[in-house]
Amino acid sequence: MNIIDSANLVYRKTPVMTDLTMHYCPGCSHGVVHKLVAEVIDEMDIQDKTIGIAPVGCAVFAYKYIDIDWQQAAHGRAPALATAVKRLLPDRYVFTYQGDGDLAAIGTAETIHACNRGENIVIIFINNGIYGMTGGQMAPTTLDGMKTATSPSGRSVPLNGYPLDMTKLLAELDGTCYVTRQSVHSLGAVRKTKKALRKAFENSMLEKGTSVIEVVSTCNSGWKMTPDESNKWMVENMFPKYPMGDLKDR
Amino acid sequence: MRTEQEEIRLMKGNEAIAEAAIRCGCDGYFGYPITPQSEIMETLMDLRPWESTGMVVLQAESETASINMVYGAAGCGKKAMTSSSSPGMSLMQEGLSYIACAELPCVVVNVMRGGPGLGTIQPSQADYYQSVKGGGHGDYKLITLAPASVQEMADFTMLAFELAFKYRNPALILADGIIGQMMEKVVLPPYQARMTEEEIRRKYPWATLGKLRGQKQNIITSLCLLPEEMEAVNLHLQAKYRQVEQNEVRYETLHCDDAEYLIVAFGSTARVCQKAVETAREQGIKVGLLRPITLYPYPSEAIARIAGRGRGVLTVEMSAGQMLDDVRLAVNGAVPVEFFGRLGGIVPAPDEVFEALKTKLIKENV
Amino acid sequence: MAKVKGAVVVDTEQCKGCDLCVVACPSDVLSLSKEANAKGYNYSFMSSPDDCVGCAACAYVCPDACITVYKVKI
Repeated sequence: MNIIDSANLVYRKTPVMTDLTMHYCPGCSHGVVHKLVAEVIDEMDIQDKTIGIAPVGCAVFAYKYIDIDWQQAAHGRAPALATAVKRLLPDRYVFTYQGDGDLAAIGTAETIHACNRGENIVIIFINNGIYGMTGGQMAPTTLDGMKTATSPSGRSVPLNGYPLDMTKLLAELDGTCYVTRQSVHSLGAVRKTKKALRKAFENSMLEKGTSVIEVVSTCNSGWKMTPDESNKWMVENMFPKYPMGDLKDR
Repeated sequence: MRTEQEEIRLMKGNEAIAEAAIRCGCDGYFGYPITPQSEIMETLMDLRPWESTGMVVLQAESETASINMVYGAAGCGKKAMTSSSSPGMSLMQEGLSYIACAELPCVVVNVMRGGPGLGTIQPSQADYYQSVKGGGHGDYKLITLAPASVQEMADFTMLAFELAFKYRNPALILADGIIGQMMEKVVLPPYQARMTEEEIRRKYPWATLGKLRGQKQNIITSLCLLPEEMEAVNLHLQAKYRQVEQNEVRYETLHCDDAEYLIVAFGSTARVCQKAVETAREQGIKVGLLRPITLYPYPSEAIARIAGRGRGVLTVEMSAGQMLDDVRLAVNGAVPVEFFGRLGGIVPAPDEVFEALKTKLIKENV
Repeated sequence: MAKVKGAVVVDTEQCKGCDLCVVACPSDVLSLSKEANAKGYNYSFMSSPDDCVGCAACAYVCPDACITVYKVKI
């Protein structure tokens, strides 16, 4: 019996993804999130109406992998670009894709103010508690005691302050309509994240405000663990500080 | 011939920029208040163009955000602009470097004030280096126009958009606090319709308006990791700059035909110098004035030609002498080049300029 | 009750051998091969193809979108 036949297909790579092999390290969460964004764009049939804003950091090349129009922003400035694109093209779906250094450190002002203005955009926030691209330095979201290239003995609160829960902060703003924290470490988590992304993209046409989706992620090369160990470490250590679920839905 | 839609008004330079922006079909203005240019955004907010032409006007959280909003809008092929004054321009340099590399057309207005630091709100021309020598990181150029009247504030807003789109390059209007704040008669141009999306797609196929079926994706970026590719990007930019230098030099001369001495000054300082030239002429001294209108590209050839026929050049600026370098490069040692400037927000007086001309230049040649 | 039989096809050149599909599979169908692809990764393959039920858990968690899943009722 030939199972491998298009009539029996249950899952295939969405055509909204390009054929390029992604540059991410094996097991990196970015790949899964990219795939989910592309799947949502595919299923909503909005490939011609979506403009992505890529960040600086590992996901700087997101534009190579999702086959839509993209602008690549300076570090932290993606929400400013997205603001202008959405204001000038209100019938387009506009999203930013940002890491924790981009969104929670250098781009704090742009992020908070875009959310506070209630821009009708989607902000996808990849939080892996580390600067991946530059070689594993401390991020604002790095956990207390977590070792990084710039906190080799572990993050110290007296020296570095507290891990920043940006998503909680953004949920407090009147401009946000949907703020949720998800992950992509298991089948169930992936499905929930996709559902959240779909909802966020739909929100951006309802003039409700900004949708923020934090995806608590792994950086196995930065964390110096295998992908599977990273997932387990994330559940055990990241989730207590960054708990899963909706923070706001209105 | 004026068309019926043209209007003659008495207004501030800053207000003229706002009026001209709406009239030339600008799609979006993004800015942050700073003296002495806040009237630009204030006027736009008063005129409410979003109700007439559909132009978006947004007050951003910082100059950093403003210039990046301009990046986003310009990336969609829209006519986008921002304005600021010196300290705010320092914050915009990051964005301008990205915009220059990504080759996005946009207009930026700098109504200069005295620095460095927080400085003063009084007029200055000390951002010349920042404007024409780069400002941000990397090898790039801003097409830089220096208005000397309220009329030119309006005219150059249109011209800046025209040049920005012609070369896919940011264009800077480098004014100063005098031109921004003073009131003069201005003929406002007729209204032009904003570009439709179809028009943008046809004229600017690189714009990110959404990837249509069967078309390739558009990517606006300044990233190019491979050094060979990055060098190619740079060589392309340099080739473009050579075109700009060949085609877009603009300047104005006064009494240069028989000039033994040449004054070079831009913006409001050129108007002060005009008075000094008149005084000199009344006393029988043959002085001419060259006013660069484009600071980049710079009218080096014209300066070399006119200065070469005479006995010396005086550069006058509201700075410690920045354009002076370009005048010296143009003259290349053929005749003496002297400098007179006032700093920190003080405007030179015509008699000071005349005095400097006599003591620094003419005396030397006696 | 209808029995379900599945099969997965791994794009072995795109696979980076991260092992996440192997861990995600509830039926222990997948393993990493001893062979390496052109990039030097030990790619994933169906070591126990008869146990596959086509649930696609492997494909959902795959960061490189290199798994295609098929399923039939028998």
